[in-house]
Formats: sequence, C-alpha cells, structure tokens
Amino acid sequence: MAFPNSQATTYNDKIVRQFAIMTVVWGVVGMLVGVIIAAQLAWPELNLGISYLSFGRLRPLHTNAVIFAFGGCGLFATSYYVVQRTCQVRIFSDKLAAFTFWGWQLVILSAAISLPLGYTSSKEYAELEWPIDILITLVWVAYAVVFFGTVGTRKVKHIYVANWFFGAFILAVALLHLVNSAALPVSLMGMKSYSAYAGVQDAMVQWWYGHNAVGFFLTAGFLGMMYYFIPKQAGRPVYSYRLSIVHFWALIFTYMWAGPHHLHYTALPDWTQSVGMVFSLILLAPSWGGMINGIMTLSGAWHKLRDDPILRFLIVSLSFYGMSTFEGPMMAIKTVNALSHYTDWTVGHVHSGALGWVGLVTMGSMYYLIPRLFGQKQMFSVKAIEVHFYMATIGIVLYIAALWIAGVMQGLMWRSINPDGTLTYTFVESVKASYPFYVLRLAGGLLYLSGMILMLWNTLKTATAGRSVTVNIPSVVAHA
Amino acid sequence: MDILYFLVPLSVVLVFFIIGGIWWAIHSGQFEDIEKEGERILKD
Repeated sequence: MAFPNSQATTYNDKIVRQFAIMTVVWGVVGMLVGVIIAAQLAWPELNLGISYLSFGRLRPLHTNAVIFAFGGCGLFATSYYVVQRTCQVRIFSDKLAAFTFWGWQLVILSAAISLPLGYTSSKEYAELEWPIDILITLVWVAYAVVFFGTVGTRKVKHIYVANWFFGAFILAVALLHLVNSAALPVSLMGMKSYSAYAGVQDAMVQWWYGHNAVGFFLTAGFLGMMYYFIPKQAGRPVYSYRLSIVHFWALIFTYMWAGPHHLHYTALPDWTQSVGMVFSLILLAPSWGGMINGIMTLSGAWHKLRDDPILRFLIVSLSFYGMSTFEGPMMAIKTVNALSHYTDWTVGHVHSGALGWVGLVTMGSMYYLIPRLFGQKQMFSVKAIEVHFYMATIGIVLYIAALWIAGVMQGLMWRSINPDGTLTYTFVESVKASYPFYVLRLAGGLLYLSGMILMLWNTLKTATAGRSVTVNIPSVVAHA
Repeated sequence: MDILYFLVPLSVVLVFFIIGGIWWAIHSGQFEDIEKEGERILKD
C-alpha cells in the first residue's frame, strides 16, 4: 500500500523546528518557576501572601513545565527528527503532527492556568484535571499514529535502536496515563474529579505510574535521543550496537515493578515493597550497560571532548545518568530508604537525574539540531555553548551537594532519640538547620537557569541568522 | 490490595507483548548484520 508520505521527496522539519524552539522556551519558563519555589523554601514570605503564588500550587507547575513542556517538546522534536532520518521517509501525516504540536501547547497552557488556580487531581506528576487529561490522550494517540505510521512506511528495513526506545516510551506513557488518570468527574461542567482508586490502592497505582513515568518518559525517551545524537555528534557508530539492543529489552523488561520503592514502610504489603526494592536493584545492570555503551562510543576519540562543547553536554549527561541510576537503587534499599525517605536527599536525587541527565542530553541534542534546522553550520555562538556547559554543570553540582547534606542531616535529626526515648529535635529545628543549604540550592538553580537563558538567546540568534530549510530525502540505497 | 489483581496480570500481559516484540524482531531479520546498522545513521 502506498501512503502519501512515502512518495514525498523532502523531510518535514517544520514540526521539528516548532517543537525545538518551544523546548528552549519552556525550559526557561519551567526552570524559572523552579527557582522561584526554591527561593520560597528559603524565604517563605516570597509567596507575597497571594494564593496563586503559593508553593503548593507553583510546585506542580514547575514539575509539569520541566517534565512535560521542556522534556516533552524535546522528545517530540527529536523523535520526529530521528524517525524520519533513520527511516528515510517523511513523517506519516503532516496534519496529525501539527495537531500534536498545537494540542501539546494547549495542554501546557491549560496547566499553566489551572494549576495556579488550584485545580489539581493531587496525583504527583499527573496533577492535571480530567478535561486536560482527555486532551492529553487525544494528542498522544495522534503522536502514536504519526510515529508508528512513519516506522511502518520506512524505506530502510532495519529499525534503528533509537526508534525502539521512542516507541516503547510512547506506548508505555499511553498505558500509564490511561490507568493512573482514571477518575470520575463531579459534574460535566466542573473541573473537579475523584480518582477511580482509593487509599493505598490509589497510592500503588500512583507510584506504578510515577516510577514508570521516570522509566519510560524520562529514561527510555531520552535514551532514544542519546543513541542517535551521541553517534552523530561524535561521528562514530555506537560502541556496541549489540549491547544497545540488550540494553533496550532488558530495561523495558525490568522497569515495570520498581514503583513500590516509593512506598516503603507504608500500608503497602511488605512483599510488594520487597519486590519493588529487588527490581530497582536489578535495574542497575541495564542502566549501566547503556551508560557504558554511550560513553565508550568516544573510545579512541576522547580528544573530541576537548574542543566540542556539544559532545561534552551529551557525555556528561550520561555520567549523571550513571550516577543517578546507581543512587536510585541504593535509595530503594529499605534500610537506606528509612534514612532518605521524605528528606531533601530524594529531591536532590531527582534533580541529579533531571538536571544532569534529562536536561543536559536535551540541551546537547538541541545544540546539534537547531543550527541544522535553520540551515546553519553551527550555533550563532559556540563560545556561549561552552559557557552554558560550565554554568549548567556547576549549577547541578551545587544543587545536589546541598541537598545531599541537607537530606542526610534531616534524616539523622528526625531519627535521633534521647536516652529517655523522646525525640532529640523538633521538626522545625531540622527546617531551620536546612536553611543555608536551601540558599545554596537556590544558587545552583539560578546558575542552571542562567545557562538556559543564554541558550534561548543563542537559539534566537541562530534562528534569525538562518532560514527555515527544506531537506531532501536521500535516494534510498539498495538495502537487504 | 485488590489493585494488585489488576496490576500484576497487566504486567504479565506486557511481558508477553515484550516477548512477542523481540520474537518478531529476531524472526523478521532485524538483527542480521547489526553492527553495520550502527554505521548507517552516520551517512544519512
């Protein structure tokens, strides 16, 4: 069967351009909200007594903006680019792809309005209320049709490993979203709804969703990026293609049951907690296999790191991936979790993954993509990429070091007991002791945000200096 | 913990899908001469 896209002679890079620009824009917005709430933790008066600016409402806005707006647009942009290039065919449907762009922007806009107004399902990383959830579902179905339609009409027999990662991410997120967001609206006219699950059942579904969102949205999707853009930027094939395939199947096979480690020492049955812990520990193996595979791609070409800041973004992102996929399983061990849970150590861990892995790999991929999308050889200022790299890296190190100290300190203070069995410290004493580390964390966040603003400037300069180019699909060479 | 009667079977079903996926990939020749595939993307 001949689909219109398989006759096209050019790639659809317009959709990639749109998502790429919005990745950078939403990055600035999401990180700015993060900096604001980091400042509020140090100085609570900064909410100015206005309910719309209170921590509880801005925090989900921050997480939604960085994960789904910045990270999401980055995934749309790179997956549309990679699937067209590796399948050597135009995107399956231009119209549906355009719908995913405008639909996704509408989702983000609705989040930016409804969350400060106080509409929330109270489910972490799935706070958006039911009408927005329905829109997400529609956009996601369109995304799946476009992506798998493109793979299905490919001109190259082999499906490149990055596409497997993107595909698994799209399917898993669809399933997670449908199950976790099942809810009964109070009325068809109102925003309010109640979850289909109650109590500990709801908690189990929530973290089954929550951890798989980490596994498939924040890991598998970005690994797809990694497996395409590191080889491209380094000009070398991935270290072991065989290992990349083992990485993929092992990772998706083991991720599904890590979720209960978010519920250690709760009403969840003990055996479920232990299953969660064991699966989390097993995950270390595929994660590190993938990390080593990515980093070793530079084997024999390490000198490229010296003068290529984009490659540095990509490779350092992998070292943070390795670090947080080691830290995660350790924190999932029950005895470690007894100390770390509910402290800022957890927040630090999340940010070493988010800022270090997801952030840096997205920025590196965008620095590769943006000049090509606008017919330029490189970004307007390569020096600015270099400066951005150092701002981001120092920012992350400040951030996570501050929260390691604060987190371990909080854990130790909360469990400290006097000889007569009473608690040594009140809770507020641990808050007071955390203050200097909250200020340090804010400094790290500010540095990271400043780097992102520099990237926005560099992106706009590159876009205005260049023009939107249309790239021809190379005539397919004979393939098996 | 009624929810586990839903989530556990769901995971088992997913595992079957994963096995189906890898079976298809192997038998449709996706993994023949795979080291060459890593180099192909450098030329597009």
